[in-house]
Amino acid sequence: MRLVVVGNGMAGSRLAAEVRARDADLTITVVGAEARGPYNRVLLSNVLAGTASPEQVRLPAQAGDGVNVRLGVTVTAIDRAAREVRTADGWREPYDVLVLATGSEAVVPRIPGAGRAIALRTMDDCDRILAAARTATSAVVVGGGLLGVEAARGLAGRGLRVTLLHRTGHLMDRQLDAEAGLVLGEALAGLGVTVRTGARVAAIRARGVELSTGEVLPAGLVVLACGVRPVTGLAEDAGLEVGQGVVVDDRLRTADPAIYAIGECAQHDGTVYGLVAPAWEQAAVVADLITGADPSARYRGSRLVTRLKARSVELAAMGETHLAEDPAGAVEVVMFTHRARGIYRKLVIRDDRLVGAILLGEAPTVGTLTQLYDRGGPLPGDPAGLLFPGLDDAVPADTPVRMPDSARVCECNNVTKGRIRACWEAGARDLAAVTAATRATTGCGSCADAVEGLIGWLCAQEEEVPV
Amino acid sequence: MSPAHVGAATHCPYCALQCGMYVTREPGAGDGAVTVTPRQDVPANEGALCQKGWTAAELLTGGARLTTPLARERRDGPLVPVTWDDALDRVAAGVRAIQERHGADAVAVFGGGGLTNEKAYQLGKFARVALRTSQIDYNGRFCMSSAAAAAGRAFGMDRGLPFPITDLAGAEAVLLAGGNVAETMPPFMRHLRGALIVADPRETRTARRAALHLRLAPGTDLALALGLLHIAITEGYADEPYIAARTTGFEAVRASVATWWPERAERVTGVPVADLREAVRLLGTARTAVILTGRGAEQHAKGVDTVTAFIDLALALGLPGRAGSGYGCLTGQGNGQGGREHGQKADQLPGYRRIDDQAARAHVARVWGVDPAELPGPGRSAYELLDALGTPGGPKGLLVFGSNPVVSAPRSGHVAGRLAALDLLVVSDLVLSETAAMADVVLPTTQWAEEHGTMTNLEGRVLLRRQALAPPPGVRGDLEILADLAARLGRPGFSGDAGVVFDELRRASAGGIADYAGITYERIAAETGVFWPAPSEDHPGTPRPFLDRFPTPDGRARFVPVDYRPPAEEVDDDYPYYLTTGRVLAQYQSGAQTRRIHALNDAAPGPYAELHPGLAARLGVSTGDMVRVESRRGATEAVARVSAAIRHDTIFMPFHWEGVNRLTNPALDPVSRMPEFKVCAVRVRRPDAPGGSEGERGRRP
Repeated sequence: MRLVVVGNGMAGSRLAAEVRARDADLTITVVGAEARGPYNRVLLSNVLAGTASPEQVRLPAQAGDGVNVRLGVTVTAIDRAAREVRTADGWREPYDVLVLATGSEAVVPRIPGAGRAIALRTMDDCDRILAAARTATSAVVVGGGLLGVEAARGLAGRGLRVTLLHRTGHLMDRQLDAEAGLVLGEALAGLGVTVRTGARVAAIRARGVELSTGEVLPAGLVVLACGVRPVTGLAEDAGLEVGQGVVVDDRLRTADPAIYAIGECAQHDGTVYGLVAPAWEQAAVVADLITGADPSARYRGSRLVTRLKARSVELAAMGETHLAEDPAGAVEVVMFTHRARGIYRKLVIRDDRLVGAILLGEAPTVGTLTQLYDRGGPLPGDPAGLLFPGLDDAVPADTPVRMPDSARVCECNNVTKGRIRACWEAGARDLAAVTAATRATTGCGSCADAVEGLIGWLCAQEEEVPV
Repeated sequence: MSPAHVGAATHCPYCALQCGMYVTREPGAGDGAVTVTPRQDVPANEGALCQKGWTAAELLTGGARLTTPLARERRDGPLVPVTWDDALDRVAAGVRAIQERHGADAVAVFGGGGLTNEKAYQLGKFARVALRTSQIDYNGRFCMSSAAAAAGRAFGMDRGLPFPITDLAGAEAVLLAGGNVAETMPPFMRHLRGALIVADPRETRTARRAALHLRLAPGTDLALALGLLHIAITEGYADEPYIAARTTGFEAVRASVATWWPERAERVTGVPVADLREAVRLLGTARTAVILTGRGAEQHAKGVDTVTAFIDLALALGLPGRAGSGYGCLTGQGNGQGGREHGQKADQLPGYRRIDDQAARAHVARVWGVDPAELPGPGRSAYELLDALGTPGGPKGLLVFGSNPVVSAPRSGHVAGRLAALDLLVVSDLVLSETAAMADVVLPTTQWAEEHGTMTNLEGRVLLRRQALAPPPGVRGDLEILADLAARLGRPGFSGDAGVVFDELRRASAGGIADYAGITYERIAAETGVFWPAPSEDHPGTPRPFLDRFPTPDGRARFVPVDYRPPAEEVDDDYPYYLTTGRVLAQYQSGAQTRRIHALNDAAPGPYAELHPGLAARLGVSTGDMVRVESRRGATEAVARVSAAIRHDTIFMPFHWEGVNRLTNPALDPVSRMPEFKVCAVRVRRPDAPGGSEGERGRRP
């Protein structure tokens, strides 16, 4: 069987790897428009920030090993009748199974001078931005979504004066509520990013960005992070159903049983996913199906967790963060804000399950909440414990006075406070004597201070007793 | 053998730390007065002991000992005392009858990691030479096999700690993945002085002592290791000169962990990114650092890959083979190290040789005086062996030495059923364990302070366990039992004397990876232990085998790329919680020994289920109430212990009592055949609550 994959990004390259792991013989051809091998697009903002090198975000190459990878080649058409794809260089590749993993492209707003800005999408874009950043002293980032925030933070970390422009009232409005957006803005301000919300860009001029108010923000570098749009032209031209993305079923299959679509170009159950985790889940399902490893494999949708990757800004957002508490009590919202410390935490609970959360600033429970949301399990007791992990812990009795006689002082030898007291009453007045009588402190040794403290406390009590 | 004497310098009967102790029979006192005092001259404990060690002598004198062979007339008849001749004749006759009818492989042997080197060696030889069966494996398969396979793959040698335990004191940072040494081997804690990082789903006593606790979801240790490795590389902690000079394969590992960025690792493991970074920073900035794995990371259907990922991390940081740093695994059972070197494993011959290696077969066959072609090939792994018992193609007879699989095997209800389906079950033990109670013939054997033998501790240091007192009348040593049985089966050449067997072991191991040729009882006594390999008597032994080169063909350690896969059984609506199992301080392994010691039962009287306060509130249970825990394989009841030390989605149960392993999942690692003890899906309810998914469908209180 001949498998052709259009797209060599995170979805396409993953698919080739997943198929190869299940079937050593199947012939795989991957056609990628970018001239370089696959890389981890998720980490591009780290490259921009200088916390990862381009080398470090390269993904394992699938070339060789029976995988034929054609880099820098654009597929121009799918001939469904002939079951072949055609490329810009006039080459034809026959397929038995075709997987579209064409991803998405950056949205460039139709404003004068847009060509002067760099839209951040590919490693090439990243290279261009970094080249410009070497000479520029100030930058404007247009678009305050996840990518725009990461880019602004990264450029600020490189020492540029950065202004982040966002059209609506608060940053990352798809993931965050207004309060969280505000706290995030304050956190970014503290890191040298000036945030302007409700800002409309009229044009990009040679000297900077012109707002609809006529104000001009000087900038040596303008980065566009105005969202992405699925690349669906090939599918549309081939007569496949396209909504926002290429429409697929639970098998990730289009109406043509020989053609699948995965990743950011695919629309499953009305949703186009713009994150990598769903794309990789989809790649595993398609690999199971086309190799026959698991003919019952199905994709049922993904839960989305957005995790900002920006140094000194901890942010996780998941699920239905915009739901409001309803009077009937079906939806509960638990919130905590401490703006002075950049902390905002919000849980959205429905039917005893966590359906949404925002964690901004220091968040020791982020892992716990992500897994509760991911697995849809019942909430463990009082939700306050999920925001403040220490709440569940009993207060340890740390002074000899408050410690009950039954408390174990030496775990290794099962010696209680009561036994040490009894031993003391029998005449033991120092650590050596108590150890000889009880074996306390002879295991891991960590209780030596506690035992000495107890002996000291008992001796002190004795002195207080009037003779 | 030397006669029993007063005040023998020996070692503890329990874990792989093998603390030094004196066992003394009080002069003039009656039979009851035997005391234990710690030795100062043994580096592992330097005068420390835990409660198990202090109370070990109680089993020498208590009433729980078996002192006569037992046998039953019919499978459903009672066990009654018989003579040794009668017992051994029955075993030999039973073995002969089964093998005549079904072939040599129809009789199997199951050994243990608590047996001395001499016994482990003799047991392997007995199976291959006297029984001519390929069907031998041991409970160490449930313990060390994943770490062993990974270390062998990476370093060319599996020696638990490839450095003396005292080196740990100089490590500025120690990462302990899946180990609770504060309970399992308390004196070990004294060796940890630097910043301690503990990865464990529970806030164990060890985790409470740590500078950083990575509280991961059960079954995600591999993702944790990959996430840490990703951070180590991207944040510049990779030791490039070391990688270039001492390793191969880094490029493939670097490329493969590019997909494990911290936020992804956080989502799978539940460990916050900030903690992942902090762990790497502690390890990466320390001048000396050690990475250790324990059963928590290893007892999974992906245990080998998990250990491999931690070794990859250690190699990237430049730790193994560098003085004061390194990777090691924490061996569990008393002779867990030596027990995996001398041939009681299905695929091994003495000296850590592979049974499918022609040169190894020729060497060992020469020592044993047999034709190499007569030696059987590899047999079934432990769980596969137990699972096959009494089946059409499986063994019909089983001889068990030093193991209690009715308690310790995964899916133990099924295993008990397989044991019941045997034509002949023979158990050699010192007490009537749950497995012995099912046997057709029970052979009462000597223990620890009643016999001579060597043990190899978690450091790879070969120690002398000296006889301290005479065994009770009516009890025989395993070596003698095996020699008697072999003679009855027409195979002479088996000695009942430990010294003679050890000399033979030395010859059989000579030239192997675990080479004991130069180790003698006299040397061990004079040097307080000898590190293998020690190929000749004038060789000093090898405390740090990796300093100059790794014992691979090219002398370099091997990076191996691995990828994450989820637990074999994930939680779902029907079984919504994870079960993980482990140990408590006052009990040891299946509890056959420790559950018969008064003071230990006072400290840890029975099984319990540790659950989170939130879950307890949902169930309406408090500490002390009974709960019923069920998996797809079985159910058990235990006392609830409500504690915020456990994750809200996880239940912890100690495995020293029959019951919990009815629940565990026998999904096996493809390489090591290790079962997935450490994670399976369960549901939990009050025993009086209605069954079904949870008995807790209502809203939270």
